[in-house]
Amino acid sequence: MFSDLSLLSLLIWLPIIGGFAVLATGADKNPGLAKLISLAVAILTFAASIPLYTSFDLTTANMQFEEKLSWIEAFSINYHLGVDGFSMPLILLTTFTTVLVVISGWQVIQTKVAQYMAAFLIMEGLMIGVFASLDSILFYVFWEAMLIPMFIIIGKWGGEKRVYATIKFFLYTFLGSVFMLIALIYMYNKAGSFSILDFHDLQLSMTEQIYIFLAFLIAFAVKVPMWPVHTWLPDAHVEAPTGGSVVLAAIMLKMGGYGFLRFSLPITPGASAELDWLIILLSLIAVVYIGFVALVQQDMKKLIAYSSISHMGFVTLGFFLAFSIHDNTGSMQGAIMGIEGGMIQMISHGFVSGALFLCIGVMYDRMHSRQIADYGGVANTMPWFAAFIVLFAMANAGLPGTSAFVGEFMVIMASVKANFWIAFLAATTLIIGAAYTLWMVKRVIFGEVKNDKVAKLKDLDKREFIVLGSLAFMVLLVGIWPNPLVEVMHVTVENLVEHIADPKI
Amino acid sequence: MENIYLIIALAPLIGAIAAGLFGKQIGRAGAHWVTIIGVVISFALSILVFKQIVFDGTPTFNGAVYTWLVSDGITFEIGFLIDELTSMMMLVVTFVSLMVHIYSIGYMRDDPGYQRFFSYISLFTFSMLMLVMANNFLQLFFGWEAVGLVSYLLIGFWFKRETAIYANLKAFLVNRVGDFAFLLGIAVILMYFNSLDYADVFGASGNFATLTVEIIPGWEWSVMSLICILLFIGAMGKSAQVPLHVWLPDSMEGPTPISALIHAATMVTAGVYMVARMSPLFEHSETALSFVLVIGAITALFMGLLGLVQNDIKRVVAYSTLSQLGYMVVALGASAYAAGLFHLMTHAFFKALLFLAAGSVIIAMHHEQDIRKMGGLRKYMPVTYITALIGSLALIGFPGFSGFFSKDAIIESVGHSDLAGSTFAYVCVLLGVFVTALYTFRMFFLVFHGKERMDTHTRSHLKESPLVVTIPLILLAIPSVAIGALAIGPMLFGDYFGNSLAVFDEHNVLAKMGETFTGAMGFVLHGMMTPAVYLALAGLGTAWFIYMKKPQIAADYKENYQTIYNMLVNAYGFDKFNDKYFAGGARQIGMVLWQVFDAKIIDGLVVNGAARSVSWWSGFTRQMQSGYLYHYAFSMIIGLVFLITWIFLA
Repeated sequence: MFSDLSLLSLLIWLPIIGGFAVLATGADKNPGLAKLISLAVAILTFAASIPLYTSFDLTTANMQFEEKLSWIEAFSINYHLGVDGFSMPLILLTTFTTVLVVISGWQVIQTKVAQYMAAFLIMEGLMIGVFASLDSILFYVFWEAMLIPMFIIIGKWGGEKRVYATIKFFLYTFLGSVFMLIALIYMYNKAGSFSILDFHDLQLSMTEQIYIFLAFLIAFAVKVPMWPVHTWLPDAHVEAPTGGSVVLAAIMLKMGGYGFLRFSLPITPGASAELDWLIILLSLIAVVYIGFVALVQQDMKKLIAYSSISHMGFVTLGFFLAFSIHDNTGSMQGAIMGIEGGMIQMISHGFVSGALFLCIGVMYDRMHSRQIADYGGVANTMPWFAAFIVLFAMANAGLPGTSAFVGEFMVIMASVKANFWIAFLAATTLIIGAAYTLWMVKRVIFGEVKNDKVAKLKDLDKREFIVLGSLAFMVLLVGIWPNPLVEVMHVTVENLVEHIADPKI
Repeated sequence: MENIYLIIALAPLIGAIAAGLFGKQIGRAGAHWVTIIGVVISFALSILVFKQIVFDGTPTFNGAVYTWLVSDGITFEIGFLIDELTSMMMLVVTFVSLMVHIYSIGYMRDDPGYQRFFSYISLFTFSMLMLVMANNFLQLFFGWEAVGLVSYLLIGFWFKRETAIYANLKAFLVNRVGDFAFLLGIAVILMYFNSLDYADVFGASGNFATLTVEIIPGWEWSVMSLICILLFIGAMGKSAQVPLHVWLPDSMEGPTPISALIHAATMVTAGVYMVARMSPLFEHSETALSFVLVIGAITALFMGLLGLVQNDIKRVVAYSTLSQLGYMVVALGASAYAAGLFHLMTHAFFKALLFLAAGSVIIAMHHEQDIRKMGGLRKYMPVTYITALIGSLALIGFPGFSGFFSKDAIIESVGHSDLAGSTFAYVCVLLGVFVTALYTFRMFFLVFHGKERMDTHTRSHLKESPLVVTIPLILLAIPSVAIGALAIGPMLFGDYFGNSLAVFDEHNVLAKMGETFTGAMGFVLHGMMTPAVYLALAGLGTAWFIYMKKPQIAADYKENYQTIYNMLVNAYGFDKFNDKYFAGGARQIGMVLWQVFDAKIIDGLVVNGAARSVSWWSGFTRQMQSGYLYHYAFSMIIGLVFLITWIFLA
């Protein structure tokens, strides 16, 4: 139907155009139709994204499914798309998650259904655009445009303090990206194009590299988020509707991690080697400090939000281990495992935190509370739901056999090569992560029925069952057999590790 | 061949999935049938494998099932290693599991979570089999955590009980402390050996024997010691060694069949199995061996003492399990791995028997577990009585019973050991024998003999348990008597374990003992000349004297030695300490980091502070835009004056 040449464009524009079509059905004039179109578009997009995986060439580090059209010739800005082993899995994660988000909003959203669904579809297209862009201005446009639907989703369908949360979210992320734009323009002046791949080959002095690295760091650290620019996330999550939280946790946070791989490491390898200690330090603070903070949360969404920050610490840690591994052992052996571990951690975190936010949404829809103290003994009235949330909680605690274990395992295995104590601190997540997750499960799920509201709870309906069931399937599949997912990254990661071994000065 | 191994592991998994996901459709009987058939298949095939490996001389199988992950040139596989050690473990696990499955039909008869229960215990059997059949560290860790998960689910099986869900969380977290070190140990192994395959790692272990590493600058550590101690901390969690033992007594909140299967016979022995499997590594580190020896000895004696003051029938048996695990660990520390495994096997039978007998008593007593409210049950429950007596005699090491052979072998091997700490360990294990006999028969007499102290209603309902309960008791009683005498020759002094275990000549205490070994009968006669047997008999006699003859003595002792009594009742204060400093401390740290750093400093000072200063500054500049023409004119003139002055001065 479509040639390979235009597959990525299709993935970007199909949901965006679909989103406008949904808008055209009118706010609440025909919510049924709006939902049907949305679901059809989401499923079509997901189906269309599958060939990215099935026809992906495992033997090359070059960009695949490339498209290139001239956009603004005066500045040699191109509409240039393509994917490699980093972006392809993240695009699949995006299309998969969007289907679930559309289904999960089916009955929950009662007002302005068309706008809600359209916002998610448009956001999907923009997010795929971020991952597929090979031109930095195109990337930047998608990167910023993506904030708008999310801004609307939280601001419109959010909780009580949604205005504070949206402004905090918007300013934080916007401020971060401004520095990135300056860095991009600076590099354009040197390279004569905005092509990201040209930037990769750009020779930069150490001073230049350090400034560019820091500019990128601000942009990406806010997105990940890394300590200490993380405080927008718990607020945004708490106020966002369930679907918004899912997309935020499952995909948007990944853009920070993706940025490190696409920009920071290949463009400024010298500065990365120089400042890797900073990233490692911030990552470990995320794992340990944020873990303790998660332990004392009273609000389930906040707890999972903090847990997200803590888990994303593994991502940034894994990405920046290469240099200290090299210093410590004299070879780059282990660096690949760290980066692949970080990638897997991103994908897995998309499943697990998405699933946990959906679980909290299931309870919130029935009880209208996110406070742990309002719950207790949910397993008595919702046995199937209890089974699911215990599975996802165990995944969040990094149990082997679930996807979350794979990434943490690989990063810990790699980090011991850099320094025993890095591995030591990272591995404390085994204890802290289990403590905050399972303590929440104990208070919410187990025990005697706490009150009348819990006694009246109804177990999952079919729609919720399908959503949680498909996530459970992915969590177990990747946990039991991660190789098919890691395989697609091998060549790309090897290429990156070779590339960063040369500081380019 | 490989398919048989796969079926052994997967049959219980299929049963678990069927009973767990389709419990409603297949019904209660369907659930126990489907799981029991799965375990029977595993058990029958395990016998076949055992026969092939041990009697037919089939060579050790070591092969992969599938590739889990390839990264950085390292291949992580799921695969099986089937040798003498594995086949013994498979037999023990599937046999005890089968007994517990059958027993549970009776014990769990009225429970609303019947299907869920059978699903869990079958899932456990699968996990435990994956653990013992692993041929690499990754899969070992999989099984290791999976049994921890099932243990969590089963301790909290009655999830409405606050005590049960407290206990399961505690069990999981304490185990995670061990797993944390275990995973680091695996990471260090991967760093040096570049493989997690047993065969590769054991084969290359000699190359790293003298290598040192400075994990703290200026403090050299042997790499082998580092690896072995990290791995052993993992074992301390799973096999409940001091100070990571605190979860095991609380785990008795789970249904009794679970206490027998998981928290006595199989899962808790995983640590012992693991260290024995890693003997090619541990042999390279005398530091680690001494550490193992001392930790085991402390557990063996001091946990046994706690059994003396417990009144809950299951808790007495639980502390006894702790103490016996200590014995197995001591054996490992003395490099008498075979003796540790031998005790693991005999203990699996007689401790499962004791737990199931305790369960039988609990059914008869209508779920009363306080031994002070029992007594005289002998005449109501003859089968339970006899089998419990067999189990108790085996536990205290009465000559001729299975426990005698395994425990005596451990004590003697420690006596022969020259490692640092072996004298201390020897004293501990000897005193432990007296203590074991004392608490075991205290319980035995209080339950089965003496005055009937239960209320009349309970008494009127007392009767022997049904056949599904008593048959497993009888089947477990047989090996509890006989397995010791049968197996001691080949297992300890023969070549039963073949190449599964590695022992250096200078550590080989069993070989020294083997020089005088003339068979099971000779071992008994030789044992009669050592202090252990008399200590056991003395313990038994003391129990009889105190609890049957002069019950007043116990009460007097409790009065006169309040401090010691309280210390024992509080289990040396480990729980209080952990609650206060670890659990409480973590919450306090969390509160400070959250409320002070995140809320006050980052958000309050920086983020909202930035917002505030913007609004302050804009408020200030807004003042200047007053809208009055003369304000603007005035500032223009001032500006002009400054500008002109500046131009002229420049």
